[in-house]
Amino acid sequence: MARKTPGINTGSMADISFLLLTFFLLTSSINTEQGIPRRLPPAKKDQDKEIVDINKRNVLNVVVNFNDAVWVNGEELLLSQLKDKALEFLENPNNAPNLPEKELIQINNMGEYAVSKGVISLTNDQSTSYNMYVQVQNELEKAVNELRDKVAINYFGKKFDNLDTSARKSIQKAIPMNISEAPPMDYSQTK
Amino acid sequence: MGRYRKDEKKDVPEINTGSMSDIIFMFLFFFMVITNMREASLKVQFSPPKASEVQKLEKKSLVANIYIGAPIGKNENTLPPGKVSVQLNDQTIKAEDLVNDVKDFIGTERESRSEADKAKLTFSLKVDKDVQMRYVNTIKQELRNNNALKINYATLKRSEMSNQ
Repeated sequence: MARKTPGINTGSMADISFLLLTFFLLTSSINTEQGIPRRLPPAKKDQDKEIVDINKRNVLNVVVNFNDAVWVNGEELLLSQLKDKALEFLENPNNAPNLPEKELIQINNMGEYAVSKGVISLTNDQSTSYNMYVQVQNELEKAVNELRDKVAINYFGKKFDNLDTSARKSIQKAIPMNISEAPPMDYSQTK
Repeated sequence: MGRYRKDEKKDVPEINTGSMSDIIFMFLFFFMVITNMREASLKVQFSPPKASEVQKLEKKSLVANIYIGAPIGKNENTLPPGKVSVQLNDQTIKAEDLVNDVKDFIGTERESRSEADKAKLTFSLKVDKDVQMRYVNTIKQELRNNNALKINYATLKRSEMSNQ
């Protein structure tokens, strides 16, 4: 009485898995999380003290006002000029007296390096658009990245992104990302 | 050049579809691995600004999202003075509950992570590009007050060429 069991028809299997596939395609998003990472300062306390200590030449005052215009140390700049201004400020290639001081610090892999004491102070208005704010952050980030690349090529012969972790840490120490955010202004309140 | 002979009759063998499902399954697994599910439905309009110097976040499981933008529905809670909503988890928050809601949100996000991951938890600010900074500033201040200092401004990648 041995009967052959009929084989299961697998033809529809493909349809079922297609269905699953389309479901996942529709419900998921491929775009990965990306953006500009920042660290906020801790709330209150000793932060006020630090700002007093900083010399005037060590501060680059970047203000994004209610009109989305960028003012740097009292003069208006185009967004495209901001990167070069910040780069000059952070690098201070000729040790100009009006640009930030430098301090010799011993750094692994790099020996003594003159680390700039410059701090970029970023102020926004309550009416500044978020888009402009991000563009300014982006330009500042670009200046730091460019400088890091330059130093990385000088010392290690490679761009910053291609370095290993320890060299990266050294470069980050040599060129810190010092952006401090001042409390926002409010143009609409002053009227 | 090859020539076809019309009189020759050959049976075209049927294509074996048995392995088709395997191939599709492979696709399926591929997509399941590389994608992430949308965990919350958006209640606000969110089109991120574009920037060139973006970095990818390390791990999606270490990211908590805060959405800020114009509300999509009519009945969403908005913050004064403009028409802007802040969405945490699945709902927009009321102006008067803002302080407590943000605190609760940070608390629950921290609770759901392991001890080692708590320090790495990043709060990603997904802010629409037309929003005024006052709302972002408020949220940032609340994050600072709750000692959630690792943040991220979500942006799209813009290539350098289109920038010029």
